[in-house]
Amino acid sequence: MRDISIIGIGQTPVGEHWKRSLRDLGTEAVLAALEDARVKRPDALYVGNMLSGQLSRQENLGALIADYAGLRGTEALKIEAACASGAAALRMAYVAVAGGVHDVVMACGVEKMTDTLSDETTTGLVSAADAIYEGEQGLSFVALNALLMQRYMYEFGYQREDFAGFAINAHRNAVNNPCAMFRKLISQEAFARTRMIAEPVSLLDSSGIADGAAAVVLASTEFAQAHGLLSVRIAASAVATDSVALHDRDDPLVLQAARDSAQRAYAQAGLGPDDIDFFELHDAFTIMAALSLEAAGFASQGEGVRLALEDQISLQGRIPICTMGGLKARGHPVGATGLYQVVEATQQLRGQAGANQLQGCRVGMTQNIGGSGAVAVTHILERVE
Amino acid sequence: MRSNSTGLWGPVRSEMNLESMTLTIMRPSREVGIVGYGAYVPRYRLPAREINRIWHGGEDDMPVSEKAVSGPDEDTVTMSIEAARNALARAGIAPQEIRAVWVGSESHPYAVKPTSAIVAEAIGVGPQTQGADWEFACKAGTEAMQAAIALVGSGMADYALTIGMDTAQGRPGDDLEYTAAAGGAAYILGPGERSIATIEASFSFVTDTPDFWRRPQQHYPRHGGRFTGEPAYFRHSMAAAEHLMQALGHTPADYDLAVFHQPNIRFPMRLAADLGFSREQIAPGLLVNEIGNTYAGSSMIGLSAVLDIARPGQRVLQVSFGSGAGSDAFSWIITERLEACRGLAPMTRDYISRRREIDYGLYVRYREKLHMH
Repeated sequence: MRDISIIGIGQTPVGEHWKRSLRDLGTEAVLAALEDARVKRPDALYVGNMLSGQLSRQENLGALIADYAGLRGTEALKIEAACASGAAALRMAYVAVAGGVHDVVMACGVEKMTDTLSDETTTGLVSAADAIYEGEQGLSFVALNALLMQRYMYEFGYQREDFAGFAINAHRNAVNNPCAMFRKLISQEAFARTRMIAEPVSLLDSSGIADGAAAVVLASTEFAQAHGLLSVRIAASAVATDSVALHDRDDPLVLQAARDSAQRAYAQAGLGPDDIDFFELHDAFTIMAALSLEAAGFASQGEGVRLALEDQISLQGRIPICTMGGLKARGHPVGATGLYQVVEATQQLRGQAGANQLQGCRVGMTQNIGGSGAVAVTHILERVE
Repeated sequence: MRSNSTGLWGPVRSEMNLESMTLTIMRPSREVGIVGYGAYVPRYRLPAREINRIWHGGEDDMPVSEKAVSGPDEDTVTMSIEAARNALARAGIAPQEIRAVWVGSESHPYAVKPTSAIVAEAIGVGPQTQGADWEFACKAGTEAMQAAIALVGSGMADYALTIGMDTAQGRPGDDLEYTAAAGGAAYILGPGERSIATIEASFSFVTDTPDFWRRPQQHYPRHGGRFTGEPAYFRHSMAAAEHLMQALGHTPADYDLAVFHQPNIRFPMRLAADLGFSREQIAPGLLVNEIGNTYAGSSMIGLSAVLDIARPGQRVLQVSFGSGAGSDAFSWIITERLEACRGLAPMTRDYISRRREIDYGLYVRYREKLHMH
């Protein structure tokens, strides 16, 4: 198994790209990453995406993006793991290079969600849940997270206002990220006043529907060194699954897949939570941020929200999260998100995070979750001196 | 954008940059202006809280306070006739002098059989007259105004009547139900020397933008949600307003008043701010909170409210927006003649204050939303 490094990154701004298509966005991210990596043609391209079939009537995304990016003929496949598709594509790229099948592989996550009316988009998102036992029973994705948040509040004695810190932190960091969708601060008062979507989940608890694409080029660390591209290596890559349906979980308030994949990642890297300098977690909803912190071992069960209340999640805190805005404020183009997390983590480790730079950070963790916790893809990235 | 056989792209954001093309404004060949104007708003009002109560559990954000609803014996024809009579009263001309009656609406009672012909005959215009119904969503009436300026400005006719009027239907439970309202205004265009407001210049900006549409077999329109904002309302309104002002060498400070298309309160206020107009400049023409969005009547009834209070020498910017999409922008200058004729017909505010509140049930009955099986 070869040691793997990230040799190139690229991303489009996240937003409502009315004038841009899937292939247009994907191409931009791919070309940007290739340029950053100083690579003309990767050996393979894995495209992470969840909704292209349902919302754009387009499958065969691997071949399509490869072709439009000038890579016609290259091995290219679409990789799908619901909202974890982006990191899943990175996982397959990692496996290909680590296993010695290829030398240079690109993972690109791309999503278009804003060209369809909200009913259609919402219906598409439900396919991340169990279609028969959750979707057909009328549960939307927001509703599933509302059930989780409500139970969590009941079990551990929180008010909904206690979750505000997750959203406030995300927005504060997005102000300095030119690629972020929402670059305005929000206040505790705004959080208290905002409207409900599915009680207790409010507008400000929820990440926004958006379009975007991000891409990462992987090569062996040896290759990176030989080409003067050595900066960030992948210390761990791990995937775990759990039941798709929320009601089949052993404990719905434990993201077991996230816990398992984090544990496997820690084991691979020979590290623990104390070694992690920042965590790009999957804050699709504020409750997911709390549960992710607990699953990854940064807080015991029921204490995740406390990290937000005590501002331990800020850039100056003990475990900075969403350093460039997270899903909440950078945006959540679902199939692309996992790669945005990795691009942002790489920027931090390279010292390219601008005003949000974490001084002296060496190890970052990214975690991309599919559905309400059905699959989790965790990577640990390490700066190489 | 180009894509050749190897799939290589040029700069992926390249496209025809419409906003930087050389664009020219329009001026008639002789002085033209508004000779008479008149509004109409039905008396019934449905408070937004009623819609909120029935559909949204009382929890929703409401985009307006209330909207005007047409009664069971009203339609775009009857409303247009009253507005036209008000305009005639102010114009002080014989109806036979009018050589065009053009009604813009999204709710013509007939798909084939022009509202315009019925209105013309009802007010004594014709038979030597133009007549046609116009459609371009909420800018149907102002498009007709552009054409009326041209008809008079070319010397082909001395007077032309244009009307923007609607009895808009909102899909029950949809966001737009809060604002889809009834009302509008009529304008008689004529020679500059007889006008109460002369046209300095006008300009239109039209693209194929599918923000809001209705197929013939459908009773209610469909819309693109958030797509109705930036790519539609704001893009076209900004382009039309900015080009007109720029070509005339004007800035917002050169205008005393401005009227924008008003589908809700937020859009025209944000447009005003983006263009550089103050709240004071747009307040007299901003009626949407009290009567809702009168669709093809929207900026036209806003203008009538402005004309009700404007003073000689003032300059007024009027910018409409129609989905599909496009904007018409007009730069008007008020003349000395306005004050004398203003009182010859009911003011816009008279119609707004003539108010009878109804509940959702009566609204359903009046708007024929109930199908008896």
